[in-house]
Amino acid sequence: MDAHIRFNDVSVAYAGKTALGGVSLEIPRKEIFGIIGPANSGKTTLLKCINRTIDFVADAKVRGEVFVDGEDVCRTRSVYELRRRVGMVFPLPVGLPLSVYENVAYAPRRVGIRNRQELDAIVERCLRQAMLWDEVKDRLHTLGTRLSGGQQQRLTLARALSLEPEILCLDEFSIAIDPVTTMKIEDILIELKSQTTIVLVTNLVQQARRLADHTAFFSASRLIEVDKTETIFNDPAEELTRRYVTGDFG
Amino acid sequence: MTNAPDDQQGPESYYVVGEAAENGQGARACSLPTFTAGRHERYKRLVEGTAKAVLGLMAAALVVPVVIILGLLVYNAWPALSLSFLLENPKNYMTAGGIWAPLVGTFFLVVISLLAAAPIGILAGVYLNEYARDNWLTRIVNLAVVNLAGVPSIVHALFGVGAFVLFAGMGRSVLAASLTLGVMTLPVIITSTREALAAVPMSFREACWNMGATRWQTIRTIVLPNSISGILTGVILQVARAAGETAPILFTGAVFFVRVKDHGWESFFPYSLDDRCMALSMHLFTLATQVRGVSSEVQYGTAVVLIGLVLIVNSASIGVRVYLRSRKKW
Repeated sequence: MDAHIRFNDVSVAYAGKTALGGVSLEIPRKEIFGIIGPANSGKTTLLKCINRTIDFVADAKVRGEVFVDGEDVCRTRSVYELRRRVGMVFPLPVGLPLSVYENVAYAPRRVGIRNRQELDAIVERCLRQAMLWDEVKDRLHTLGTRLSGGQQQRLTLARALSLEPEILCLDEFSIAIDPVTTMKIEDILIELKSQTTIVLVTNLVQQARRLADHTAFFSASRLIEVDKTETIFNDPAEELTRRYVTGDFG
Repeated sequence: MTNAPDDQQGPESYYVVGEAAENGQGARACSLPTFTAGRHERYKRLVEGTAKAVLGLMAAALVVPVVIILGLLVYNAWPALSLSFLLENPKNYMTAGGIWAPLVGTFFLVVISLLAAAPIGILAGVYLNEYARDNWLTRIVNLAVVNLAGVPSIVHALFGVGAFVLFAGMGRSVLAASLTLGVMTLPVIITSTREALAAVPMSFREACWNMGATRWQTIRTIVLPNSISGILTGVILQVARAAGETAPILFTGAVFFVRVKDHGWESFFPYSLDDRCMALSMHLFTLATQVRGVSSEVQYGTAVVLIGLVLIVNSASIGVRVYLRSRKKW
């Protein structure tokens, strides 16, 4: 298995309270990797370790190693370069207080893309991929913060795609998005899979089942089981996993 | 409301519907069932009314004296107020003439103190809020800043004497007095800058960091543009404070009287940085207590000009705030 992201015995504690305990996991290249598990099981923390945004959590202690493309993220030349290679979408929609256009052009501008046509092309591509283009194409210059919650969520997704990241981490991306649009975005994700490794954290167990090639099940800060998605859903090794995916949990 | 026919009912009946209500105040010329207040509802209204009255009274207790003081000042100063009062220098041992020299002195002091304090204060605030990690050192610095803001101005004055007048060898001068005022305003500028920055939601920063923006890129593109209103308000309010303070300049550069040019270009720049200068607040103190035979109009006039300056600056800051709030982006 050609691992794109490799976790080697990663533990995270927030102010002494374990959020992730000794997780070793390999995420293969160019596939959708589902992560499921009940609330507070360390899924979001795991994502934050990939692009080292965990650094911004003041009282977090991280042990273990995370490799992206074989490179230890703690020894990477530039953490900013790393974050540009990893697109992140967190569950709360965040429209930056800029126009819709500038929201998407934000990251490209920061890496020095000035050419108007180039920026136009990026903005249109990303908004189309996030299924937002048709709704906002006539008002690209209204504030991103004025969009509805679901639109802002898709704007967040469009921003994450703006630098064509090689890894895309989606944390509950569909939480504020209606089911029809969610389905359309899921189709886009399947298309993106040919170029991008997608890590999909979801509470919708069925979403993982539909999309993911492999699925990992987390519970109580630990990785319980990881396997091919069919195996996880049809013939899991652990009793806990079976009860979670069949909805018989707790 | 007084004689609603639902008094006999239990406390559960917050509203009375239908015919019973139509005898009460809720009765209208329509066939729909009307609502009228039950006992519990009337009690709530009573409490609400009392609270409103008490709070309103307190607000009035603040506003009324201010209006009376301002009115008295302007009324008494009226005969003295004129353009020449502003533009003429004091004459005849300050018993006549205008207030040009102290007015310009105050302007110089405030502008120079701001030029010194605003950049340092704003940048320090940005550092403390955006870069500094939360450790014991930062906490001590924060505590020091907050406490410094509460230090009496006379203490700042003595610090100014020690640091600028004596140690730095500036002597009693415009520069030393301005820097002392700057030191006095610095902690408040830092605090208000930090508050303005903290009002920008953390999620905006995280969104930028997630896209690989550096801290400075995030500050420059998102944080500062959305907090500049609060920062400016804090700075402008300190202008008013610096203009009004007497103690910090008393020992560091302001004097009772300086003879300056009455006419021509030089009357606009009467002081150089190492000169002593006059200042409005000091001038008022002098007129009121140190000089015999000053007409009360001149004293009141000086007070009105000083208060007027502060009011204008404060209104400007309110204007900035209102304008920027109207285009708030989230």
